[in-house]
Amino acid sequence: MKNEKVKLTINGAEIEVPREYTVLDAATEAGVHIPTLCHLDLHDLKMVNRTASCRVCMVEVEGKPNLAPACATPINDGMIISTDTIKAINARRMAVELLLSNHPTDCLICQKNLQCELQTLAHRLSVREIKYTGEAMTTHLDTSSQSLVKNQNKCILCRRCETACNEIQTCGILTALNRGFHTTVGPAFNLPMQETSCTYCGQCVAVCPTAALTEVNHVPKVWDALNNEDKYVIVQTAPAIRVALGELFDMEAGSIVTGKMVSALRKLGFDKVFDTDFGADLTIMEEATELIDRLENGGRLPMLTSCCPAWVSFIEHQFPDLVDVPSTCKSPHIMFGTISKTYMAEKLNIDPQKITVVSIMPCIAKKAEAARTELALDDDNNVDIVITTRELAAMIKEAGIDFNKLPDEDFDHPLGETTGASVIFGTTGGVIEATMRTAYEWLTNEKLENVEFDQLRGFEGIREATVPINGKDIHIGIAHGLGNARQLLEDIRSGKSQYHAIEIMACPGGCIGGGGQPYHHGNDVVVKKRQEALYKEDKNKEVRQSHKNKEIIELYDSYLGKPYGELAHKLLHTKYTPKERI
Amino acid sequence: MKQYRSHILVCAGTGCQSQEGHEIIEELKKQIEKANFHNEIQVVKTGCFGFCEKGPIIKILPENVFYIEVKPSDAKEIVEEHIIKGRRVQRLLYEEPNIHERLEQQKDMPFYKKQVRIALRNCGLIDPENIKEYIAEDGYMALGKVLTEMSQEEVIQLVRDSELRGRGGGGFSTGFKWELTYRNKDDQKYIVCNADEGDPGAFMDRSILEGDPHSVLEAMAIGAYAIGANKGFVYIRAEYPLAIQRLKIAMEQAKEYGFLGRNIFGTNFHFDVEIKYGAGAFVCGEETALINSMEGGRGEPNAKPPFPAESGFWNKPTCVNNVETYANIPPIILKGPKWFKQIGSEKSKGTKVFALAGKVNNVGLIEVPMGITLREVIFDIGGGIRNGRKFKAVQTGGPSGGCLTEALLDNPIDYENLTRIGSMMGSGGMIVMDEDDCMVNIAKFYLEFTEEESCGKCTPCRIGNKRLHEILIKITEGKGTKQDLEDLKKLGEMIKISSLCGLGQSSPNPVLSTLKYFYDEYLQHVENKHCPSGVCAALKKHEIVEENCVGCTLCARVCPVDCISGKVKEVHNIDQERCINCGACKEACKFNAIAN
Repeated sequence: MKNEKVKLTINGAEIEVPREYTVLDAATEAGVHIPTLCHLDLHDLKMVNRTASCRVCMVEVEGKPNLAPACATPINDGMIISTDTIKAINARRMAVELLLSNHPTDCLICQKNLQCELQTLAHRLSVREIKYTGEAMTTHLDTSSQSLVKNQNKCILCRRCETACNEIQTCGILTALNRGFHTTVGPAFNLPMQETSCTYCGQCVAVCPTAALTEVNHVPKVWDALNNEDKYVIVQTAPAIRVALGELFDMEAGSIVTGKMVSALRKLGFDKVFDTDFGADLTIMEEATELIDRLENGGRLPMLTSCCPAWVSFIEHQFPDLVDVPSTCKSPHIMFGTISKTYMAEKLNIDPQKITVVSIMPCIAKKAEAARTELALDDDNNVDIVITTRELAAMIKEAGIDFNKLPDEDFDHPLGETTGASVIFGTTGGVIEATMRTAYEWLTNEKLENVEFDQLRGFEGIREATVPINGKDIHIGIAHGLGNARQLLEDIRSGKSQYHAIEIMACPGGCIGGGGQPYHHGNDVVVKKRQEALYKEDKNKEVRQSHKNKEIIELYDSYLGKPYGELAHKLLHTKYTPKERI
Repeated sequence: MKQYRSHILVCAGTGCQSQEGHEIIEELKKQIEKANFHNEIQVVKTGCFGFCEKGPIIKILPENVFYIEVKPSDAKEIVEEHIIKGRRVQRLLYEEPNIHERLEQQKDMPFYKKQVRIALRNCGLIDPENIKEYIAEDGYMALGKVLTEMSQEEVIQLVRDSELRGRGGGGFSTGFKWELTYRNKDDQKYIVCNADEGDPGAFMDRSILEGDPHSVLEAMAIGAYAIGANKGFVYIRAEYPLAIQRLKIAMEQAKEYGFLGRNIFGTNFHFDVEIKYGAGAFVCGEETALINSMEGGRGEPNAKPPFPAESGFWNKPTCVNNVETYANIPPIILKGPKWFKQIGSEKSKGTKVFALAGKVNNVGLIEVPMGITLREVIFDIGGGIRNGRKFKAVQTGGPSGGCLTEALLDNPIDYENLTRIGSMMGSGGMIVMDEDDCMVNIAKFYLEFTEEESCGKCTPCRIGNKRLHEILIKITEGKGTKQDLEDLKKLGEMIKISSLCGLGQSSPNPVLSTLKYFYDEYLQHVENKHCPSGVCAALKKHEIVEENCVGCTLCARVCPVDCISGKVKEVHNIDQERCINCGACKEACKFNAIAN
C-alpha cells in the first residue's frame, strides 16, 4: 500500500499523487489553489486541524450531489474534481459572507489587522458586500488573565485552538460551548481563563486565524515606562526573538537580526539593551550544578528543566504530585530581572525601585509568569513588563524605525556577554544541550571537544539520548509540546522513567514556535528555519559553553559566590505549588 | 404455567399511560378480583397499539375486541358486561365515521386495514416486561438460527438480499453497512443501536423499545455476530424513561435466559449490551455525533470518511443502526429475504413506521408497506382532515423534511421518491396541515427548531440557518421583499449542498419546499403584506364588518390603544394606523362584526 499512487482529475487536468493525499493536497500539487480557513496542517509538528467546519474549501466531486470539503476528503482512483465551477465558487463565497455577517467589522483597529486569515480570505474572494445580515454574536471579552484576551465575537469556530489545546497540549481547557448560532469556544462553564488550569502556552493564539485569541497588549505600558523620566528602563531579549523578528519586516524566515534588534531597541529609548541569553547562561550554571548535586547526592531524578513557564504551570495543575521533579531554577529572564535589580543596580549605582525591566519574549506565558508572586524579590517583580516578538515589531513600526536599514549594534555590558549555549535555549533540545556542555566538563574535568550534541537535536516530539560521562550513562529525555511532556510525566509517575534529566518545552519546536512569535500561518517550515538560524548563531559564537562566559564568572566571583550557593538560592531559585485542575 | 381463558391487553405505552393507563390496569385487576375471575382472566400490559388518537386502548382476547378511549371508571362495566355477561360495551367500540357503525375488531378498522406490521408486530400484543411472551412469539429463534446454522457471511448476505435499508432516515443498505464493518478487521468492534429519536413528532423507536425491547436486543446480537462484535450499546435519550426501564428489564431477562452474555446458545459467541444516555440533542441522531456523545465528547458530527464502519467508537469499527431497522431483522432471518422483498416498492422494501400527526382525524403510529401513497396514508388510514377542513400540505421526515401539496399525494412513499419531490423519509414523522396553516409560518417554525438544534460546527448550518430564520421572521412580520424570496432559495440551496452533516443538508427543506409549492403564499406575504391563513399576527388586519356592527361600543371600550371610534348605535371604525392587532375587539364583539 505504501507509495501507492492514485490518478485523478482536477479541473480537467489529470494528476497522479500518493494515495494518502486529500483533495486539497492533490490540488496544491496540481497548482490549483483552493482557499481554506479552518484547515491547518503543521505536518512536522504533528498538529493537524481537520474539522472541515468552515466549509470554505468546498469542491465539486463528480457523481456526488453535495460539495465536498477539499481539506478532509480523501482521494480515490479516477475521482473527477472541479474547484472552479459556479456552484463551488458560490458556496465558498457564501461561507465567507456568512462568517463575515457574524463578525465585527472593526478591522482597522483590530489587533490582527493585516494578519487575519479571514480578512485575507475576504480580500482574496473580493467580497464587497455582505448579503445576509442579521444578529451577530455578543459575548463578553475575557480579559481576566495576564496573558491572553479571548474575544469570542471574532471566533469563526475553526476549532484550531481546541486542537492545539486538547490534542497537542492535552490541557483540555478550550471546548465548544452552547449550540446552534450561539456556539462559542471557551473553558468549561465558560469560566474566565484566569480561573482555569490554562498554562498560557499561547498555542491557541498562535493558530487562531482571527483576533478571537490574542495576547494581552502591553505595548502602552512600555511606552509609558520609556516616557517616564524617573524610570531607568532596561530591556532583555529572549534567544528566539532574533531569529523571528525579521519576518515581521518582510525578511525571510530564519534571518538573524540580532544586531538590528539591538539597534532598534536603543532607538526606542531603552536605557540599556541586554540579552536574556546572559540569564540563560546563569541558568545553566545553576541548573548544571543542581543536576550534578542530584546525581551525586541521591536527589530526585529525573530532573526536569524549568525555563518554560507554561510547562511549569502544566505540572502544577496536571501533575501536582510531581512538583518536586523540576529544577528549582527560575527561568532565564526572571533570573536576569533579579540580577538587574540587585547586582546591576549596585554596579551602576541605581535605585532598584527606579529600574523597569522589560522582557521581549516569544511567549505569552511569560506575561503571566512575571506576575507570579513567588518569583518576586522583596515584593517587587523582577520583570515588570513582558511583550512578545509581535508587540516589539509593532513598537518598531509605530516609532517609524526603518528596521531593515538599521546598523548592527552590540548588547550593553556588564550583562551583555553571552555564549552559544544560551542562544540555543530557544529551540527544543537546546536547554539540555547547553546543560550537558557544562555538566560534562564539570563532572569529568575534561575539555569537551565537540560541544554539539547531535543526538539531542531534531523535531521529533519525544527524543532521547544517552551521554556517557565518567563511565556512567546519563539518560536524557526531551519533549516539546505538552502532550509529549505528559507521556514522559506519566512514566515518571508510574516509576518507569529511566531518565536522569529531561528537557521540556511547552510549545512545539520550543520557543521558536512560541505563542508570541510572528504568526506562521500554518507553515511549519518557518519554525524549522528559525531553529536552523539558532544553531547557526551558536556556531558563530566564540564561547559556546555557559561556564566560560566571562561576565558570568565575574558575577559569581564578585557577587553571587558559588553556583547553587546561599545567595544564588535566594535570588535564582523558586518553588512550585500543587494546583487544582479545572 | 397458568392457563387463562381470556386476556385483557392494556396499552402501557407512554401515550396511554399518561392518560391514566396505569389506573385502568389496576382497576381492571380489582374488578376481576372482585368478580373472582383472577385465575381465568389475565390483565396484560402491552406496548403501543398505534391508534393514539383513541387511546387509552384495550383489547380483549381471544375474541379480539378493541375498546377505545377507556377510562379507569370503565373497568367495572368492561368486566361486568364483557367478561361476565359476554356482551360488548358498545359505547367503547370504535365508530367508523363513514358508515357510522361500531366496529369490534382491529382488522376492520380503516386505521388498521392498510397497515402491515413487521417492526411493530409485537407492540400491543405481548407484555414487553415478560421475556416468555416474546419467546412465545418466536423470540430469539432468529438468533438461535443465526448462531447455530449460519456463518457471519451468510447472515450478511441474507440481510443484503432482503434489501433492508436504514430506517433512521439515511436509507443506507443495512446489509452493506454490516458487511463494511465486518470487512474491517480489528480485535474490538462495536454494534450500536441508535435510539436517539430526535424528531419531536416521531415516536416509533420509543414505542418499539417500550413495546418490544427484546426484538431490538435480539437483532443487535445477530448484527454483532455478523460483523464480529461482542459489545453493543443502546444510545438512548434520557427523556425516554419508560423505554429505558423496559430495556433494562429486557436486558436482565435476556441475560438470565442466556441470550446475552457468554456462550450464547452454547456457541463461542459472547455479547453484552450497555445503555448510553443522550441528553436529547437532535444532532446526536447523526451517527458520528452519536459516537462523539457516547465517548463523552460534544455531540457534533465529524467529516466522513472515515465512516464508523472503519473508525467509530473509540476509533474501532462500529456499526450504528436504528431501532426500527433492528426490529425488522428477526422476522427477516426467520421468514427469509424473499418474503420481505415482496413487500414494498422497487427500491424500498418492507414497511415503514410513520408517526401520523397534525390536522388528521386519526393521529397515531402506523406501519405501512413502502410504496403506499401519501393519499392512502392521510385519507384512508388517517381518516382525512379534521373538522372537515381542506388538506393543504403534508410534511414528511421530521423537522427537516419538506412540505408536499395535494398534487403530490398520489406519489408512492419510498426513499427515492420522497427525496425527488423535495422531502425525505427521514425518521418517519408525518405532519398533516390544513388550510388554516400558514406555510411561511410553518417554514419559520421548523427553521427555529433546526437553528436551535444545529450543533454549531459548520458555517452554513450555524449561520446560514440563522439567516434563513431571520428572513422568514422578517416576512411573517410583513417586512419581507421579493428579493428575500430569492435569497431564501439561494441560501437554502447552498446550505443543503455544503453543510457538514445530514442536519444542515436537510434543514432548508421546509423552506425550499414551501417556496416551491406555495410560492403564491410567500408572494402574498411580501407583496400584499397579507397572510392568507390569517396566522401571521403582524399581518392581521382587524376591520369592522359594517352589516354586523350594531354600535354597541364594546369593542371601543376594550381596545387597549383606543383606536376604535364610533357613536352608540352607529357603525364603528378602526384606525388601522394605530391598531396593534391584539384581537381584543374581535374577542369581545358579540355580533361577529370584526373580521381579520
